[in-house]
Amino acid sequence: MPDTPGKNAIEVRGVRKVFGTGEAQVAALDTVSVSIRENEFFTLLGPSGCGKTTLLRLIAGFDFPSEGEILLYGSDIAPLPPFKRPVNTVFQSYALFPHMTVAQNIGFGLEMLGKPRAEIDARVAEMLKLVRMEKLAKRRTSQISGGQQQRVALARALAPQPKVLLLDEPLSALDYKLRKEMQIELKRLQHETGITFIFVTHDQEEALTMSDRIAVMSSGKILQVGSPRDIYDRPAERFVADFIGETNFLDARIDSLDGGKAKVTLKSGASISATVADGFKPDGDATVVIRPEHAKAVKGQGDISGVVENVVYFGTDTHVHIKLDDGETFTVRQQNARGAGATFERGERVGVVIGDDAAQILKD
Amino acid sequence: MATAAEVEKLNESRDVRKRWLLSAPALTIIFLAASGPLLIVLIYSFLTPGPYGDVVWKFSTEGWVSVLLERDIFDDTLAFASAHLTIFWRSLKLALMATVATLIFGFPTAYFIATRSERTRDIWLFLITIPFWTNLLIRTFAVLQVIRNEGIVNTALINLGIIDQPIQMLYTDFAIMVGMVYVYLPLMVLPLYASMEKLDFRLVEAGYDLYATRWQVLRRIIFPMVKPGVIAGSILVFIPAIGAYVTPSVLGGGKNMMFANLIELQFGQGRNWPLGAALSITVMAIVMVALLVYVRNTSGSDARHG
Repeated sequence: MPDTPGKNAIEVRGVRKVFGTGEAQVAALDTVSVSIRENEFFTLLGPSGCGKTTLLRLIAGFDFPSEGEILLYGSDIAPLPPFKRPVNTVFQSYALFPHMTVAQNIGFGLEMLGKPRAEIDARVAEMLKLVRMEKLAKRRTSQISGGQQQRVALARALAPQPKVLLLDEPLSALDYKLRKEMQIELKRLQHETGITFIFVTHDQEEALTMSDRIAVMSSGKILQVGSPRDIYDRPAERFVADFIGETNFLDARIDSLDGGKAKVTLKSGASISATVADGFKPDGDATVVIRPEHAKAVKGQGDISGVVENVVYFGTDTHVHIKLDDGETFTVRQQNARGAGATFERGERVGVVIGDDAAQILKD
Repeated sequence: MATAAEVEKLNESRDVRKRWLLSAPALTIIFLAASGPLLIVLIYSFLTPGPYGDVVWKFSTEGWVSVLLERDIFDDTLAFASAHLTIFWRSLKLALMATVATLIFGFPTAYFIATRSERTRDIWLFLITIPFWTNLLIRTFAVLQVIRNEGIVNTALINLGIIDQPIQMLYTDFAIMVGMVYVYLPLMVLPLYASMEKLDFRLVEAGYDLYATRWQVLRRIIFPMVKPGVIAGSILVFIPAIGAYVTPSVLGGGKNMMFANLIELQFGQGRNWPLGAALSITVMAIVMVALLVYVRNTSGSDARHG
């Protein structure tokens, strides 16, 4: 599903959103274009204030774009009020109606659509079963726990069978264990319902584990769209590489370019091969990014060398922080094995071997 | 020598005395301002009217009998008299209409204020309460100036050529309504605002998201959540409205009597204080029962969250 382009559920075309007027004007979204495919789990990922929630609110219809259009299966929905869009939202605060029971909350959307009572009851029962809340149907929303409220909010948004489900950081209020459970639950629900999910989060781990595709956002712009693997292994820009996972950046000079591959010389004089970010045309100097687990610390010579500054044991792996000879720091992550493997001492001289397909050249 | 137990007992009695002393001001006010006068009214309703007003200290149920019945002056037989009932019914009707009207005008007003930014809200609230600083009588005369035959409204309508004869608004039930709505509107707006300010507007967004139109959001989400404010506002408007005296006398011209005017009449020209006292207690009892029923029916399980 991720790499077979199907129909587009949502197409955002050149959307700008400006808040305020005159001097105090702020562009929350700066000419954003993105296509979200049918049935995919699409994540908008970025730090707070990057415009991801604004984009979600524009798709939901709570705000209207200053410029550009939003297409839902080909028709422009940007001027429609939220109650005329076949799109539902799971709110960060859940926003459950406190004067209604769990079942009444779930049935509210169908009731507003004017569905017959029998159909509403059947669908509510189905939804309660889907989120495993059958026993609490008659409860008030103030009498259930946070995780249960989350499930009700999901069921309420799914009940009217929207074309697209929008989720605004729905897991951020839950504790770690519950969040892990709900992540799996969300994937299951998306799979079972076949509805396109657009998920907003600032948690890169959540984005990597759940999404079919991710759009990384910063300062009102989309920097890169791709599968979790693309985003992690082939980051297009320094911000993307830095925001997702731990990363080492090295300065390098480009010797030769051949399609998507390049030969570069590092400051240490070592020559390594690297892939080039899509659509990026480097010339002369470049920044090379290497993930800590794609390099190896060795006793003796490597591509680069330095002195061990710190060794941190994490159980599954060990992080070795190395001060390179040119003054920069470099982190290597090595898998641990029981009773074996090289251990490093603080102050010890080590070499770092960079794998063949480990380095990526990207836009600074 | 006092034993420990005796000392403790002494301290205890001192504590009790202190507690009584502390609550004395409150109890004095409650007795002097509330239950005391009420008791006097109750006693007066069972006495005999004096020839020049006041009462003669002789037990009589005549006051209570005259609330609904009329004694024939020739043969002393009792007959049902509908006059008091008619006046009561008019008062009730006008008070209810004024309550509904203030709700209709007050609800959007409160909603408007509650949806402004924090800073401007205070200014709007201030503007709403300004008329309160003026004497009730003066405010009522201001309304009179606006709606009388030569007032702004009629003059404007005539000059615009919409009508050629002034519309008789003054000295009608309409005038009383306008006056009461104007005077009591802040009493509705303030409690409504207080509960709307607490309203979580994300719930309104959730309503729109779930296909509720503006009207459905108002009826199904906003209204149930601000119901405590609606109840409080209705009570605050209804109680003074049913006992309104100044507004109906000035704007109704004494032609359309309201219950308060009827009571006043018994203590004034009517020289029948026991009847006035009985009427006062009757209206109070009816209002109390009506409010109890209203509150019980509206603040059921639905408004518990408030």
